[in-house]
Amino acid sequence: MSRLSQAALPSAAPSGRGPEHSPSAPVSIHDLTVAYHRKPVLWDVDLDVPQGRLVGIIGPNGAGKSTLIKAALDLVPCVSGEVLIYGLPFRQQRRLVAYVPQRESVDWDFPISAVEVVMMGRYGMMGWFRPPTRAHRRAAVEALERVGMADFADRQISTLSGGQQQRIFLARALAQEAQIYFMDEPFASVDAATERAIIAVLTELKDAGRTVLVVHHDLQTVSRYFDHVIMLNMRVVAHGPTREVFTEENLARTYGGRLTLLSEAAEALAREGRAV
Amino acid sequence: MTWLPADTSIVLSGALCALACSVPGTLLVLRKMSMMGDAISHTVLPGLAAAFLVTQTRAPLPMFLGAAAIGLVTALLVQWVRDLSRTDGGTAMGIVFTALFALGLVLLRLPAIEHVDLDPSCVLYGAVETAAIDPTTVFGVEMPRAALINGIMFAVNLAVLLLCFKEFRISAFDPALATTVGINATLMHYILMTMTAVTTVAAFETVGSILVIAMLIVPPAAAYLLTDRFGVMFILAGVIGAASAAGGHIAAIVVPEWLGVGDTVTSGMMAVAAGAFFTLAWLGSPRHGVISRLILRWRLSLRVMREDILGIAYRAQEQEGPATLPPVAATDAIARLRRLRPIIARFALTLLRRRGLVRGPLEQLALTDRGRAEAARLVRSHRLWETYFSHQFPTLPADHLHAPAEVLEHLTDDAMRDRLGERTSEPSVDPHGRAIPGASSGES
Repeated sequence: MSRLSQAALPSAAPSGRGPEHSPSAPVSIHDLTVAYHRKPVLWDVDLDVPQGRLVGIIGPNGAGKSTLIKAALDLVPCVSGEVLIYGLPFRQQRRLVAYVPQRESVDWDFPISAVEVVMMGRYGMMGWFRPPTRAHRRAAVEALERVGMADFADRQISTLSGGQQQRIFLARALAQEAQIYFMDEPFASVDAATERAIIAVLTELKDAGRTVLVVHHDLQTVSRYFDHVIMLNMRVVAHGPTREVFTEENLARTYGGRLTLLSEAAEALAREGRAV
Repeated sequence: MTWLPADTSIVLSGALCALACSVPGTLLVLRKMSMMGDAISHTVLPGLAAAFLVTQTRAPLPMFLGAAAIGLVTALLVQWVRDLSRTDGGTAMGIVFTALFALGLVLLRLPAIEHVDLDPSCVLYGAVETAAIDPTTVFGVEMPRAALINGIMFAVNLAVLLLCFKEFRISAFDPALATTVGINATLMHYILMTMTAVTTVAAFETVGSILVIAMLIVPPAAAYLLTDRFGVMFILAGVIGAASAAGGHIAAIVVPEWLGVGDTVTSGMMAVAAGAFFTLAWLGSPRHGVISRLILRWRLSLRVMREDILGIAYRAQEQEGPATLPPVAATDAIARLRRLRPIIARFALTLLRRRGLVRGPLEQLALTDRGRAEAARLVRSHRLWETYFSHQFPTLPADHLHAPAEVLEHLTDDAMRDRLGERTSEPSVDPHGRAIPGASSGES
């Protein structure tokens, strides 16, 4: 647990901690720094996510939670560092990873039915220019059944409620048949029934040995839902088993709004950068 | 109106042009990048001029290559201007396409080009009339050159679309997911930009660079209103585009005669026809149309009115007793409704009579047994809601309970009403002390 306490130190200096990373970790983040327009969003994130856990990523708005997921999926460029999926870059491990973006990130008026959205989860397996086969369609319908949405397969997606749309996204990730699931706020503005349904599916995935990382907002449910948490505020404030790490003290440090030296430096850098 | 062989050629050329445009157009509309079509249709001009300067010929291949290159340049420049300055996408497009278009106009004035027939007005407005007549012979068949070029363009676009159908679909709907599953959404974006630029050049002679935007965007936009299916949208966009071409040409022949003006431009009329089709789709679309939404609203008003009349009659009878007919208060209240919304009120009364829920003329309106049961359910919903609100918000004054209950009573179904009864532990009177009809509500 020495790494844990080290990461929890507010001014831990960035340094190579390579040897401590396990090549068998599902997600291994090495000295990751990400910036948008010169403004750092993630600063020296360095951790291993253990296999078969339900991991909550929590932190205030702008803490870089979504960015952490996007960096892992190669969707945003990293200033430095890298993210390895089972020891290899994401490009070589696409098939092992499923992604549920934020619900608002797509246009729900798009002319497409629920089952076609789920089918997109399997596009990566089909290869270029190949249309979906019957087996893919069957898999998509099965994924819809697992989230209790089979009756809505042919509905245009804008006719679904917010909770149902979120389940469609979950079904799409299930259809990817991955080992690791990245989910960006799957519980944001969904009804209680959907929240229960989603957490049931996530628990099933965990019990089957899959690793699930969830960006989460509701602090009330953190200890109930997740056995592992990453507490993020631009840098990792704490990381580890929920029971040990999800403490009043760490919460205060994550959400406290107290500027650390590093975030102050980042602000200054962004100001200067614009002036130059 | 006389129909000449030349007219068939013009319609054929216009329709094929519309079909060719419908493929990139539908993708542009779905990606909410319609203005990119506008931008590229303008920036091809310097592309063509540059291609001519380099090759000194107007042969189709260099022209298409020049267009494809400038399409990519436009897309890249827009991307850079947006990312590297603080402008948004629309502003970036405005900067890039006006600058490049003006550059193209300047290039056309260069001595090396000026003698060539790259006439700006033809570029802007098109010349479907001459282009369609200008014949060319392919495999021994004589056909209008514009029809041939646009036909080939349509075939190429269709082939690319069918080949990359799922790639286009996922890149348009969820580019982030596309990238994570290994389908390069950026590559698909540039393929679309190239397709748009090349199609624009093919359409140049037929509809001109200004009106090509109508063919690119308007038929797909109309199709978007008419369907909820990705594939169907392409088909509808093609059909509407082709119909606009035909309708536009007929209008170009007929309308000047009506108006007594000399002449009109077919390509302009094609754009007008496309606009007319869009208007029809906007009005008549089954799910998103203005008319269907009006009907939906009217039916809702009618139901609310029916239920209000039942509720009024029920409450009047409750006060005055079943013996006193006609219930005076009810007559007054319903007459007031009739003054407010005469047509809907009259129609609602007719419907209520026909369904056997009320009987008698307005002055002696009486609820039948079935009508009373129906009214009792409504009044029960209303009073349960009032009770519920008074429990939930104890500080709310009693006169504030009525208005929300009046709205919600129309939206409460049997299941919701039963749950409401449970949550309020089946009260017998509402907060105003009036009796709440029983759960069975069959008291007759």
